[in-house]
Amino acid sequence: MSKHSTIKVGTIDWLAVIFYMALVVSGWLSIYASVYDMETGKSIFDIQTNSGRQFLWMLVSWLIIIPIITVDYKLFDSLAYLLYILTLVILVLVIFFGTEIRGSHSWITVFGFRFQPLELAKITTSLTIARYLSKYDTKIGLMKSQIILFSLIGIPALLIIGGGETGSALVFAAFVFVFYREGMSGNILLFAFLFIILFGLTLMLNIYYLLAGLGVITFIIGILLRKNKNALIFIITAGIISMGIVLSENYLLHHVLKPHQIRRLETLVNPNADPLGMGWNVTQSKIAIGSGGFLGKGFLEGTQTKFDFVPEQSTDFIFCTIAEEKGFTGSIIIIGLFVALFIRIILIAERQKSAFSRIYAYCVLSVLFFHFAINIAMTLGLAPVIGIPLPFISYGGSSLVGFTMLFFIMLKLDAYQGFILR
Amino acid sequence: MNFNSNRVIIIRLIILATAIIFVARLFYLQLIDSSYKASAEGNIIRRVTAYPSRGLIFDRDSEIVVCNAPIYDLMLVPHQVKKIDTLKFCQLLNLPIEEFIKRYKICKKFSAYIPSVFESQLSNSMYGRLQEFLIEFPGFYVQPRTIRDYPSLSGAHVFGYTGEISKKKLKKIGGEYRMGDYIGISGLEESYESLLKGMRGVRHVMVNVRGAEMGAFKEGLYDTVSISGLDLTSTLKSSLQKYGEQLMVNKTGAIVCIEPSSGEVLAFVSSPTYNPVELTGKGFSTNYKKLSMDTLKPLFNRSIMAQYPPGSVFKIVNHLIALQEKLINNQTSFSCDGAYNIASLSVGCHPHSSPLNLEQSIQYSCNSYYCYVFRYILENNKYKNIEMTYSSWRNHVTSLGFGNILNTDLPNEKGGFIPPTSYYNKYFGAGKWKWTTVISLAIGQGEILCTPLQLANFASIIANRGFYYIPHFVKRISHSDQIKSKYRQKNYSDFDSIHFITLINGMKRAVDDGTATMAKIKDIEICGKTGTAQNPHGKDHSIFIGFAPKDNPKIAVAAIIENSGFGGTWAAPLASLMVEKYLTDTISRGWIEEYILKADLLKK
Repeated sequence: MSKHSTIKVGTIDWLAVIFYMALVVSGWLSIYASVYDMETGKSIFDIQTNSGRQFLWMLVSWLIIIPIITVDYKLFDSLAYLLYILTLVILVLVIFFGTEIRGSHSWITVFGFRFQPLELAKITTSLTIARYLSKYDTKIGLMKSQIILFSLIGIPALLIIGGGETGSALVFAAFVFVFYREGMSGNILLFAFLFIILFGLTLMLNIYYLLAGLGVITFIIGILLRKNKNALIFIITAGIISMGIVLSENYLLHHVLKPHQIRRLETLVNPNADPLGMGWNVTQSKIAIGSGGFLGKGFLEGTQTKFDFVPEQSTDFIFCTIAEEKGFTGSIIIIGLFVALFIRIILIAERQKSAFSRIYAYCVLSVLFFHFAINIAMTLGLAPVIGIPLPFISYGGSSLVGFTMLFFIMLKLDAYQGFILR
Repeated sequence: MNFNSNRVIIIRLIILATAIIFVARLFYLQLIDSSYKASAEGNIIRRVTAYPSRGLIFDRDSEIVVCNAPIYDLMLVPHQVKKIDTLKFCQLLNLPIEEFIKRYKICKKFSAYIPSVFESQLSNSMYGRLQEFLIEFPGFYVQPRTIRDYPSLSGAHVFGYTGEISKKKLKKIGGEYRMGDYIGISGLEESYESLLKGMRGVRHVMVNVRGAEMGAFKEGLYDTVSISGLDLTSTLKSSLQKYGEQLMVNKTGAIVCIEPSSGEVLAFVSSPTYNPVELTGKGFSTNYKKLSMDTLKPLFNRSIMAQYPPGSVFKIVNHLIALQEKLINNQTSFSCDGAYNIASLSVGCHPHSSPLNLEQSIQYSCNSYYCYVFRYILENNKYKNIEMTYSSWRNHVTSLGFGNILNTDLPNEKGGFIPPTSYYNKYFGAGKWKWTTVISLAIGQGEILCTPLQLANFASIIANRGFYYIPHFVKRISHSDQIKSKYRQKNYSDFDSIHFITLINGMKRAVDDGTATMAKIKDIEICGKTGTAQNPHGKDHSIFIGFAPKDNPKIAVAAIIENSGFGGTWAAPLASLMVEKYLTDTISRGWIEEYILKADLLKK
């Protein structure tokens, strides 16, 4: 990272704001395209349509930016724990008193507006992790710190699962990026990777065959490496951990996940097994994207993403509309914008003098990246259908407001990059 | 920077790797693999049901009486509509503009892309008018389908009607039926549903996102052809049926004509009736509602569902039983002084000469005579007690097709009522009743009830001198004569054919110079018996049964005209017109025809 010669106090990173605006506006246009009806030709501002409502939410988000920019930046640090605990209380309350929407008890209704507190949880958890990790006595290598850190992300995740939003709960796994950046063993990423691979295998294979297979592989490699004692211990440990993972995942599959969630996962493995059921989303999404070609069909000219071919068009599958109407070029531009944004966030993070600000920026990066990766992978048929939005692009008031707050708190902190908090 | 710079690089690499994977995947999906593009063209395979054409029904002279009429539904795909001249369109359709907007919104609400019916069942003239302009109205198209049509405009109670299968029925029979399917709901449409309906086929069509068909899937490899339903040949004579319905205008009641030598029903009139076309297509629900609210119950099939006391017609039954049981003979005479009196009992009679022999008892329909006869029957010392005697009497009666359904091939047939012994035992107490208690059975009054079909069948038994075929309405299925064997099988009554001789002579005399002289037809030997059934709901029912010619009969008939008076006054001449029409195809007695046609005998 290059050193910055001048410290611009109170100045927003305008490039980041430009990326943000570009994504929000293209999202808004795509939402319009996905709900556009050639015949009625309703305006993009029509409040009856998702695009009109999204515009309102955009305004609301921008209004919320004002207090974020104007409050004392130290507040985010000092209030972090309080806000976190408050969020946990809301998450508990929402399980019991929340408004139920499509089987999910994760909404609260305030003055007629529905809001998902789990969006709030992403922000307050980020602040809390930043505060905890930036404490002078936190040593990330210590078991105690690690337990606390995983609890900090585990508790809201479990409460969100309790509210019926398993997909969103997965987002909290993204914080391992932060832990990794802050010095936790690189094995954490390998472990996460192993977890995902084994999860796929658990879905596809009989549990006993899988366990036996893992045993055999461990045994064979063990024999090959029998001369090297350290490697042998590593392999045996890895084998046992793998089996443990498989067993716990198997338990998860059969006792925690609901049938529709399991079906979503199975669909990932073989979308053609049930072309009109769960595989429908994936297949139709791929058809829509495939039909876009190089340049796309043109704005509002999409066919596959209208009607009901792709369900949840303007929310979770919004990328389809972009890929269909804007084609390969448009898709690359959107992906490029995200990548540019992520690189910019890393740059912002690394230029912070304050650990709190840096860690928070990495939290923002992790959350946004996880959404981006899972959402587009799902649309492209590379990940199971997990109902999480594409940040800044997908239709939805809570997520837009949430991501905007998350993002602008980072920019606010960045405006004081030269100061060390505490 | 510190040790973390490596980690920052790894994080960046992960981000880049993810982006590269996505780009590669997009490259593959959007630029390499053309199958997705093709899929987008024919996005879905739609299963289109090919509806079979329902079997036709012909009358006995091969005249089409039930067929399928093409109708045209005007369909709308709202999303395809582009700048149309709404005013012109509304003028073509005779539609107020508000209605147009309303319907358009309804269709649109249902779906902008899936066709919905904008106007169902365009009239032929409307279709003709619209067809040439349709090109100016994108989004609208015409879809042909068929509904039932009844070109003879008669025979509603025989043919029945079809309609959309009800949810309840669908749940019950399920199987190959689906929501919105048509099914026979009454009459032959119902009872021969399984033959008429045919077999549905299925086409697999590739449909693009706009709902337009893109051709057959795999060139029709998985398609099946629909198979038309089987055609039926009805036993009805359409001209006779129509004539009967005409005669029964402004009268309630029924006429049933049967060919005795086969049991084939020639005419089957239940009045008031309705035009079968009323219960097809567009007007179905309004007409059905109107018909079911009508106090004269036009939907009620009187010929098999209404149950009347037979009145004096029933004297024939007691006549036959007494002969069969050898309690009387042809020479048995009784005197009648205008009433039958015994102890406190008195059954009135009408004026005629006295004494009367057996033949004359039928000719003049003497009440006293049959009270004597009935006493003989129920005091028959062959049996131990009244219960046994009565049972024997009842068995004889039921052998003539009374008291139970005849099992004809129309649904919802009623069986009439001949009280079993237990009925009287319950009413009066076992052993506490005797022949005088049930004396009204002698002259066809009291508890007994029968349907017009049973009366016609009874006439048929007399014409056949002792046996009958179950009356039925279908004589041929498709091109084979394979109707159910039960309709080909003779059913013998308890009575020897010899016992019919005096009876038939009496019935001939009743027409020539007795109670039924208005049924007399020149050059046709018609035999008949009148009945005048008392009923608690108003004027007597006028009843007549008969057959002609006397030898080798071609037609047996029963006619009932509710609340009109004497059997000889209305039912007899009316039935004779049916006979004459059938046998000679002309009416020689214009004044009788006019007398019947003009009569308005509706219960006021």
